Amino acid sequence: MADAHVSAAPVAHQFDDFQQQTVADTFGMWLFLATEVLFFGGLFCGYSLYRNLYFEAFTAGSHLLKIQYGAFYTVLLICSSLTMALGVRAAQLRQKHALTIYLILTWIMGFAFVYVKLRYEWYGDYLEGLIPGVNWAPSRESLEMVNHFHATLPHLALFFIFYFCMTGLHALHMIVGLGLLTTLLIFTQQGKVTGGNYNWVEIVGLYWHFVDIVWIFLFPLLYLIGGRYV
Amino acid sequence: MSEHVLPKRLYFVIFVSLVVLTAITTGVAFIDLGPFNTVVALVIAVFKATLVVLFFMHLKYQTGMTRVVIVAALLWLAVLIGITMSDVFTRHWTEKGSSWQRSSIISPYRQTASAAPRLPRRA
Amino acid sequence: MSTVAVEVTPTLPEVHYLNADYGWRSWLFTTDHKRIAWLYLFAITGFFAVGGLMATLMRLNLVEPQGALMEPASYNKLFTAHGLIMIFFFLAPSIPTVLGNFLIPIMIGARDVAFPKLNLLSWYIFMLAGSVFMLAVIRGGVDTGWTLYTPLSTTYANGHVLSAAVGIFISGFSSILTGLNFMVTIHKMRAPGMTWFRLPLFIWSLYATSVIFVLAMPVIAITLALIALERVFHVGIFDPALGGDPILFQHLFWFFGHPEVYILILPSMGVISELVAAGCRKRVFGYSFVAFSSVAIAAISFMVWGLHMFLTGQSVYAGFVFSALSFAVAIPSAIKVFNWTATMHKASVSYDAPMLYAIGFIGLFTIGGLTGLFLASLGTDVHLHDTYFVVAHFHYVMVGGAIMGYLGGLHLWWPKMTGKLYPEAWARFACLLVFAGFNLTFGPQFILGYLGMPRRYAVYPPEFQVLNVMSSAGASILAVGYFIPLVYFTWSAFKGPVAGPNPWGAKGLEWTIPSPPPTNNFDVTPIVTQEAYAYGHEEAHVG
Repeated sequence: MADAHVSAAPVAHQFDDFQQQTVADTFGMWLFLATEVLFFGGLFCGYSLYRNLYFEAFTAGSHLLKIQYGAFYTVLLICSSLTMALGVRAAQLRQKHALTIYLILTWIMGFAFVYVKLRYEWYGDYLEGLIPGVNWAPSRESLEMVNHFHATLPHLALFFIFYFCMTGLHALHMIVGLGLLTTLLIFTQQGKVTGGNYNWVEIVGLYWHFVDIVWIFLFPLLYLIGGRYV
Repeated sequence: MSEHVLPKRLYFVIFVSLVVLTAITTGVAFIDLGPFNTVVALVIAVFKATLVVLFFMHLKYQTGMTRVVIVAALLWLAVLIGITMSDVFTRHWTEKGSSWQRSSIISPYRQTASAAPRLPRRA
Repeated sequence: MSTVAVEVTPTLPEVHYLNADYGWRSWLFTTDHKRIAWLYLFAITGFFAVGGLMATLMRLNLVEPQGALMEPASYNKLFTAHGLIMIFFFLAPSIPTVLGNFLIPIMIGARDVAFPKLNLLSWYIFMLAGSVFMLAVIRGGVDTGWTLYTPLSTTYANGHVLSAAVGIFISGFSSILTGLNFMVTIHKMRAPGMTWFRLPLFIWSLYATSVIFVLAMPVIAITLALIALERVFHVGIFDPALGGDPILFQHLFWFFGHPEVYILILPSMGVISELVAAGCRKRVFGYSFVAFSSVAIAAISFMVWGLHMFLTGQSVYAGFVFSALSFAVAIPSAIKVFNWTATMHKASVSYDAPMLYAIGFIGLFTIGGLTGLFLASLGTDVHLHDTYFVVAHFHYVMVGGAIMGYLGGLHLWWPKMTGKLYPEAWARFACLLVFAGFNLTFGPQFILGYLGMPRRYAVYPPEFQVLNVMSSAGASILAVGYFIPLVYFTWSAFKGPVAGPNPWGAKGLEWTIPSPPPTNNFDVTPIVTQEAYAYGHEEAHVG
């Protein structure tokens, strides 16, 4: 079924056939994701170090984050991963209409993630004076939380630096992903995907799922430190 | 790989598992397990990530080289974090660390400069 | 199979990649890996000249104990810029982006790299990075040393740390994309019959280098991002006064920094394997050992970074493990050196310029590598840490190793790149000059360091003057030695005699196609039936 379409697919001059091109493109994306693992890895390394040194402060900081947001994002991203995966499936089956719908759904959920994160969560943090270096004036409640866990404010600041770095880098990846999805949507409308290189969807999908995986780790690491039973 | 068209059903099964696992990990956070809260949260996260990689990212149907790439990336990440942490954990085994490690973490010189107010610790 | 050359006056092919298209657009928008190699060659030659000029100024300053030329503050900026330019903008890209770009597709029998547009993009990213960085240097520079240690770089340094860090950050992505491109190319673009163990060793070493690019560069990128953040907001990520851990910076930096050293030397080792094989007309002894030692070096290099931190507050227990692991890197490095010398054993060695560079490399790298063991020993490092011994050691590896390899490679493949021959006598002379000048420059620095002269100082006690003057004299010889190839290479590209497809009588796919090669490299995709070094029947079957 797929073979009938393969012949129509464009093959770049350096490749012998479409199969080689597909395999090379996909492998390139996996390698890029390996790079990304280490890119985030630097932050995860710093996070682990400070979390171990200043566990109290990190627990306090975690309690200052709203777990509802974290859980909401997680579910949202899982949903978007599902639609993305279904989009890849639609691309494999050359279903242009279904692919369009899945891509739009994915885009909307990705956008919702970024919007809620910036407009509500981060802005809320800003109002509460929880952004070190920008607006760092923790409220009375925050200070009580710090006190409760026997932490100190500079260490709390370290937690929030890593919180903003890690979620910020993640959000940046989401924004890049939104750009990729937009491009993919345009190409789909031009018929370049279902009538040509359907593998682009797979590649963007790999990226999107990777960003989802990063969040799967960020959620427990940032929002669930030390348990919420206090 | 791209020729492996998976049934929609499978995608939905994975999706439901992921949502359920998210619910579990959030719920467990409200139960006091001591240090095991972190362990459980991470184990669930690893499990979720594995599901995504295997099925959404079709790793199950990829060639061996792709797996090598992933394993290498994770191994290198483990080396980075593991060896760095091994330094942090053993730094205080010796009596004398570097001078800045021995002094209290908030140095007296910088206290005035730092804008951070400190509340007295509760006993 | 016979290596007897047929005496026909070689002529240039009518259409090749250099004359296939004209005009600046055909160069700046090219996706041909061979032309991109030239773009890189011009760029890094420029950076090398700038970095070299800085080194010359530093050596001039050190002629007198009180500093002959400049204020200590300027000296600080000079050695920082010298280090950063040489490492990020000359050495790291040198062999991979010039020789690698040119040769990888040809050596594996492909028409181009896997992602030609990405390849061009890498060059533009590299140029952007270089411009940003040079702007920082021109606007006043950085005085932190190339290591950018915190909290000096984040809190106390007055220079343009931010823009310098941004420049290096960007250059990291150029390297990542290049590495990624090469890895995919080597994995997926090999011609039929080109199995992994028929690949030239140059490919193996560049593959190992690419692995490091892909896995180490992102870490320095994120670390520099943290430095920038810390510098802008002063939030305390690496500031001990605020609870931050400066050692964390060093961990992250050297997790990248030590593999980076192997980024510089591994491609050079690959080149040397080719030079030795071509110069001895012989299969490289113990091919698979040399191949796997490249991979082993790449892997182990990621686990030894703490050897740079023995004296900076790292746990002594971690130091112990790091020391032991560092010694492990010596094993694959030694395997290579032994195998090259074993290849030369009983071979009819030609003493053409490329082979001279290879022989020079083996000697200098051995010195550089072995003195590295002094520094990897916990006890001796206490004495030698941050002295000129360290400076001499890594220059023996990076200049005596990496640059000798780079120049040797250029000499071997210059006829392939241009289709022209360079004047052999001048090349040999320049090589000897480089070798002599280099040893005179950095040999005395071992002694200086052992006597206790610290690195990165603009002034020194008068009793060190003799050795310093020797070193500076050597540097001027070295500078002449580097300048001569520039002249005769330029000359030969226009006026040199025609080389023909295989002036060395060497084996390997790149010598089977015309010089310069056509844009598509191979008119027909080659089918490989023999190993890379099939010199004569005997060797081909023995190994």
